[in-house]
Amino acid sequence: MTEQTHGTPGTSSASPARFAVPGRIAVSEQVAAEWQTATLTEVRRETPHASTFRLAVPRWAGHLPGQHLMLRLTAEDGYVAQRHYSLASAPDDSGYIELTLDRVPDGEVSGWFHTVARPGDSIEVRGPLSGFFAWPGDRPALLLGAGSGIVPLMSMVRHHRARGLSVPLRMLVSARGPEELIYAGELGAETTAVFTRSAPAGVPVGRMSAAHVAPLLAEQPPGGWEAYVCGSNGFAEHASRLLVAAGQPVDRIRIERFG
Amino acid sequence: MNVTRGFTGRRRVSRPGLPPGQYDAGDDWPVLSAEVTPDLAPAHWSFRVDGLVERPHTWNWDEAHALPGSAYEGDIHCVTGWSKFGVRFGGVSLDAFLAVVGPHVSATHVLARSHTGYTANLPLTDLTGGRAWIAWDQAGVPLAPEHGGPARLIVPHLYFWKSVKWIAGLTLLDHDEPGFWEGNGYHERGNPWEEQRYRGD
Repeated sequence: MTEQTHGTPGTSSASPARFAVPGRIAVSEQVAAEWQTATLTEVRRETPHASTFRLAVPRWAGHLPGQHLMLRLTAEDGYVAQRHYSLASAPDDSGYIELTLDRVPDGEVSGWFHTVARPGDSIEVRGPLSGFFAWPGDRPALLLGAGSGIVPLMSMVRHHRARGLSVPLRMLVSARGPEELIYAGELGAETTAVFTRSAPAGVPVGRMSAAHVAPLLAEQPPGGWEAYVCGSNGFAEHASRLLVAAGQPVDRIRIERFG
Repeated sequence: MNVTRGFTGRRRVSRPGLPPGQYDAGDDWPVLSAEVTPDLAPAHWSFRVDGLVERPHTWNWDEAHALPGSAYEGDIHCVTGWSKFGVRFGGVSLDAFLAVVGPHVSATHVLARSHTGYTANLPLTDLTGGRAWIAWDQAGVPLAPEHGGPARLIVPHLYFWKSVKWIAGLTLLDHDEPGFWEGNGYHERGNPWEEQRYRGD
């Protein structure tokens, strides 16, 4: 794949695009168009405010880490609520997918998941969607996330482990405190956690900073890092500026913002 | 219809302006750009219209502001599901820019591009007749960088990914050419009233 942005025939202005970020993979039209029934098989509490929902989707076409799906719930009167959620599970979990959802105050859809849903319930999903934030496991990956922004990044970490990939992968993740760190028990040497409100003894409390990012960019792998940033818009703005300031090329920073 | 057990959903409020599958974001205005927000000062902003036109032209900040002002007041709709009611964008109607360059009769589509390199494709007819703007104000204040400031395209009758932030130019074409999200599986037109979210919808 070339990293050039599409030059448009007939474009005479051609100030070369400085940082158009190319998509990583082609997306199946058929898969994206079709709604499928998914059956909830398990609910796992991750933190006081986040749980993981395991779904059986027998005809799931597979996904790449970083992709998301669209999900819909239907009320008895036909009212439908739909949302986009990142996939948390690695692609090899054949026929099953996992989502990790924050419990949002007054969340219409997340509220149903956290207070009503139980194994055996069925919902509808379509996907996987969008190749933009996908990581096929081919290039060194530098992952920066905050809060539930860790979810699509964890799919990448899990994929990296499950396949025993040798391509470098590092994750910097920000959480309010250790008890709010999603997947805490699963994180390994690839991950550095940053705590913004409370931290274990001996660990500083504070925002993600240049001091966290600079060492990772100092140890550039061959070919450089592909950076993936996920979280609130405030975090995404902050983290992407840290990356740019530390020398990461803007056309190699992909951002998934919640909204 | 596959009813979800125990799901009632929000209180039903009839909102005539709400397209299918959308919810009212209220005072929120989520930011969903996929790239780093550029540090782009008005003095460094420019807007060019070229391709199948009689007179390709580039405007700088002051030249664009010298065109007759025009505003959009109404609603916007994002493909991720939120709609925002009663926004007011100030700028210049795209018709004013197109009148200067003179689109060729063979022009049918447009590739809009951002100073970041982001692109979106649109049928030319979606950009004419008072339905599209280059905007630099929102609610009377300069558009914030994360919302596309100093200037962005506004095409409010289509999903908002078509309203290219940090707008750099339009190239008129005699064929459709997918832009950034369109190449990533999203719909080529993106009409929220027909729920054209993904290719094939």
